[in-house]
Amino acid sequence: MKSTMSLVKPAMRGLLAKRLRFHLPIAFGLALVAAVAFKFTVTEPRKQAYADFYKHYDSMKEFSAMREAGVFESVRPTGK
Amino acid sequence: MLHLTAGRVAGLLSRRGVAAFSTSGVKMASHGGVTEQTDMSVPLYCDRLDTPLPDRPYKDTLSAADKSLKQKEKGPWNSLSKEEKLALYRIMFNETYAEMKKPTGEWKTVVGGIFFFIGFTGLVVLWQRYYVYPPHPRTLDDEWQAMQVKRMLDMRVNPVEGFSAKWDYEKGQWK
Repeated sequence: MKSTMSLVKPAMRGLLAKRLRFHLPIAFGLALVAAVAFKFTVTEPRKQAYADFYKHYDSMKEFSAMREAGVFESVRPTGK
Repeated sequence: MLHLTAGRVAGLLSRRGVAAFSTSGVKMASHGGVTEQTDMSVPLYCDRLDTPLPDRPYKDTLSAADKSLKQKEKGPWNSLSKEEKLALYRIMFNETYAEMKKPTGEWKTVVGGIFFFIGFTGLVVLWQRYYVYPPHPRTLDDEWQAMQVKRMLDMRVNPVEGFSAKWDYEKGQWK
């Protein structure tokens, strides 16, 4: 046993490696969780929204409505 | 100013008192006149958190009682009473670490000043609003904004997830 006068020698090397061993897996895990969360809260609902929008989309009807509202410069509303 | 020769500069210096430059002194008050100067060429005492042992003891000139105490200090310290130990400390040092670190309450002045000037700035901005700003552009009127919203809906701006997606085109109202 050591005498009561001397202390344990502190760790002098490998401090960064020890820190990385602890923190890198956590960092990777959190990054992965963030990516997965984003996928399922943002991209999948967005893809679904677009699919639903275009499932019953009548482009000619929308075009006519826009034309009548007078937003186009190439075609005037039917009337003039 | 540009044609100041060396001779003229020396003349100016001599009139201001070259004594100030020959000794390593420092004027304590800045505006003209002869003031008490601390001699910077000898060790000085300072109360600093990062300097635990200043260059010289606090009390330079010891009274007779202090001198006898210093003699007693050369013997075994167990024979010193608590008051004597404190007196010896106060001979060496002006303030203890606890006294140096004592909170000053300066932060209240700082925060108060911050709020005061933010308030004053608010008044300035209010005055600007009524006396400096030009009249509103017409695009900020309610009528114009309503026409703008109608045109955006007619153009089907962001119809999937955004602006026009929130408008019910059949009923003609917001969803």
